[in-house]
This record gives sequence, structure tokens and C-alpha cells, in this order.
Amino acid sequence: MTNRNFCAAVILLLAMIATVTASGRGGWTSAQLEELRSMSLAELESLPRDPTNRVADDPRAADLGRRLFFDVRLSSNGRVACSTCHQADRGFQDGIALANGVGTTTRRTMPIAGMARSPFLFWDGRKDSLWAQALGPLESPVEHDGTRAQYAHVVADSYAREYEEIFGQLPDLSGVAHSAGPVADRDAAAAWSALSSAQREDVTRVFVNIGKAIAAYERRVEFGASRFDKYVAALTSGQPDPNVLTDDELAGLRLFIGRANCTQCHNGPLFTSNEFHNTGVPPRPELALDHGRLTGATAVLSDEFNCRSRWSDARERCSELEFIVTGEHTLDRAYKVPSLRNVAERAPYMDAGQFATLAEVLDHYNRAPAAATGHSELRPLELKPAELHQLEAFLRTLSGPVAVREPAPARRTR
Amino acid sequence: MRDTQRNQQPKMPRTVLMLATMAVALTVTACSHAMMMIHGTGAKRPSASEFGLGPRASAGGRYVATLEPAEPLRPRQMQTIRVTVRDAEGRAIDEAQISIDGGMPQHGHGLPTRPRVTRNLGDGIYEIEGVRFNMGGWWEFTLAIAGSRGADTVTFNLDL
Repeated sequence: MTNRNFCAAVILLLAMIATVTASGRGGWTSAQLEELRSMSLAELESLPRDPTNRVADDPRAADLGRRLFFDVRLSSNGRVACSTCHQADRGFQDGIALANGVGTTTRRTMPIAGMARSPFLFWDGRKDSLWAQALGPLESPVEHDGTRAQYAHVVADSYAREYEEIFGQLPDLSGVAHSAGPVADRDAAAAWSALSSAQREDVTRVFVNIGKAIAAYERRVEFGASRFDKYVAALTSGQPDPNVLTDDELAGLRLFIGRANCTQCHNGPLFTSNEFHNTGVPPRPELALDHGRLTGATAVLSDEFNCRSRWSDARERCSELEFIVTGEHTLDRAYKVPSLRNVAERAPYMDAGQFATLAEVLDHYNRAPAAATGHSELRPLELKPAELHQLEAFLRTLSGPVAVREPAPARRTR
Repeated sequence: MRDTQRNQQPKMPRTVLMLATMAVALTVTACSHAMMMIHGTGAKRPSASEFGLGPRASAGGRYVATLEPAEPLRPRQMQTIRVTVRDAEGRAIDEAQISIDGGMPQHGHGLPTRPRVTRNLGDGIYEIEGVRFNMGGWWEFTLAIAGSRGADTVTFNLDL
């Protein structure tokens, strides 16, 4: 009896101490507080170097890359640029389920912000650098649909001075057909075969440098602070501001880091682990079934422009390729975990825009249906409709500006 | 003064509620020793003394291993970890074959990469490269060691 009373008294005392301490932390435990801090944009480490692209942080390359990014001459019909799908005023995406270039693709456009921090690019991670990624759509028949010879000519005709300042002398392209490249188009492929190996190498080098310049620009596209970040900043300064997030949003945040299991994949300052997971998202019936990371992991290992390729500026340091997981059942229909920053501004969702709204996405995670192929890692969450609403409210607090970081101004000497 | 009091008043019921909740929670854990199941697979996090970089004995007691990360372990980064393998008497185990596995027992997933020993540095020290933990929390990091004392495994519990 005495023992029990003592126990109760100790508990009451501990509870009072805990309450007083927690009230200074907005009601979060210290572990939760640490988790919230880890997801704050203030925790984002400075942009890692890209050793495979020696001009990645050259402001001149970023400037050339910006101009190329918006240049519709880099397409077969003169109407498609990178910016056609990556629209700067829409957070560098297009708001439609399947991207439209010269034709219609089989994938949802991915946003660009934060991508420089991802070891693998595209929904299936079939590229391992921003510059290698940028080259893919340029030769895709449903995106830019052009050829590397065509693009080399555009650079030689319109950007020769800028290009040569960064990359050195342009090759002599006088004997190179206007349209030639290792592409599906038969005429262009035949013209490519007709070139000498030296000419093919010259053209490909210019093509690669186009990608490296575009990557230098894309590296500067960054997420800005959201209301969530404002909330965490106040919280970690020891002065929680109760007016930043509503009760529903806070309840959603509690679910997000708790029962809803979201942080299993959506963690860190960008709300992504950058890994690949099968979450049982149904394939679009009109598209051929694709296997996501299972094929992406194999593709990146043999990619013409990967880290180990002759076009990389750091062929010896390719740990992502060296320790990559391939051939595992878990990779079947696994897709890249997208950042959740600005997610509310980015409907529709998933690799092929299968879900029109955030509510549909959350309903999917709550039900956790079986995967079409492979094995879904989800388990039913058993959240109530009100809780799903709270989660959605929280996701909407992750919106902020998407901005292109300006290069540091050149120092003037007096 | 009065304004301050008025502002604080609506917070009172929440504080009382929180107090009551915490008292209940503490009663459950401290007095009745009830097992608190964690969401997910139901795997229970080991006690704090089970965590750390070692020295840690292998399951069959053949080896003692100690981890030494090149940089402090943190989520979402490719890391290099040195492991020192000794026998129970403290003698360095050279020429061992070591394979690496790991994962999050509470989430049922493994490591996102395929780490491996890339260098045998001698004196029982091996360098493991390609380790990445894709989120914070409790990770198991298991080394299957085949050396002069036989085959055995050692599992580290790491808190990222």
C-alpha cells in the first residue's frame, strides 16, 4: 500500500516536471522535437559538390544552362524546351498526369528543386547525375525528339562564345549532318552511323556539355521555407508560436511522424530518403506495365553517361554505382520517394499521375492495396477520415517558394 | 497582468489533460511493466545498453567486433565503417570473410545499398564501404564473420 502510494507520488511529480518541460516545446517530447528539427529546411546541408561535372558550380555554366533550359530550338518541332514540362512558374513541373513533349510520355514530370541532392534521377533512378538526366529527354522521341548533332549545331550557331569560355573550343561541325544521333528515327540513326568515330565523339562531347550546363542551372533551383519550417524555427528557439499551424495541421504533423509512418520514407529536410519503394500504386491500364527500379537499377549501370563513363569528370568515385542494389524482388515496381515539399502545389501524384488529389493519395496509403506486380511495402494505417483530413492539412503546410539561387556576386576590386 | 492571465486560461484544460495522460502512461510503464507495442512490425527496441559501436560479442561468442565509422553515422549519407574483429581472448582475426546485412526491425526493410568489405587493413581491421541508412531510428547492422574461429554473426544496434 505504502509502496503504491510512493509510486503514485513519484509518477505525479515526474508527470508535472514533464508537463512543465513539454509546454516549452509545444507539447512535443524531446525525441519528437529532434525529429521535427531534422525535417526543417534549416537543417539542409550545403549543396554537395558533383565531381562528375566540373562546371557544376561555375556561374557561367549556370547562365548558359538557363538559356538552354528555355530554348525551344532544342527539339524536333521547335516547340519543346526543358521548360515545356518543367515550368518555372509552377515549381518546375506541369501539373498534368503524363508529360507532353513532342508526344506524350509515360511518366509524371518530376520537380527540379532539391534534385541535385539525389543520388539517382527519374522515377526509376536510371540516371545518376543531373547532367546525365538532362540528356535523356533531349533524345526521347516523345519529349524533345531531336538529335545530339542538331543540338551541337544549335550551340555552335547561337552559343559559341559562351560555350567556348566554359568548355574550350567547339569542334568543326561542317561535315556533320544537321540531324544525326543514336536515336529511334531511322534517318538520324543512319546519318549517325555515317559519321566518323572522331565526329561522333566531337558531337557527343558538345551534347554532354549541354547537359552539364543545364545541370549547373538546375542545381540552383531550391525550395524555400514553408510554414512548417517557421513553426519548427520558433519551436527550436524555445519560443513556440501557437499561431503558425492550426490544431488540425498540428494533429496531422503528429500523425505524420507517428502512426501514419510517413517518415519511414519521407524524412530529412527534403522529406525524402531518395530511395525506391513499391507502395502498390496501380499502373495505368493504358500503359505497358513497367517495373520501376528493377529495370532502372540495371539501366543506370550501363548508361552511356553514368558516373563511370568516359564523359564523367570523376570516374573513380562512383560509390552509388559500386554499392547499388540490383535484381531484387523488392525493386519490382519500386519508384523514387519524392520530396513532399510543395506537394500540395503538385497534383496529380505518383509516377504516372495516377492520383488526382492528396486525398486520393492518403486514401491509398490508408487502404494499402496489393501491388499489381512485386510486393507493396504498405500496411493498412486504419486512420479515420478526420485523421486523413488532418494529415492533408499538414501536407499543405509544406508549401513554400521555389527559387533559383543567384550566383554569388563577383567581388569587385577597387 | 490581467491580460496575461486571460491568455493563459484556455491552456489550462490542455495542461490538465496532458498531466493526466502522462500520469497514466508512466503508471503503465513504471508500475505494471506493461509491454508497449510500437507500431509497425511489433519488434521491440532493445534497451539502451544494447546500442552502440561495440566492442560487441558475436552470437556464438567466437568473436568480438568493434565498429569505427569514418564520420559520425547520420541518415541518408554514404558512409565508410571500419570494423575490428578479435577472438574472445582479444587476438586479432585476420583473413576473415565478412558479409554485411542490416535493416530496421520495426519497419521490416533492409539496407538500401549493398555494402561490402573493400579493404583488409590487417591487425583484424577491415574497411566496409557503401553503407547508407535511409532514415533515423533503430537500425540493426549485422556482420556474418567466417574466420579462423569458425562462422558466427554479430549484430549491432545503432541509433541514427
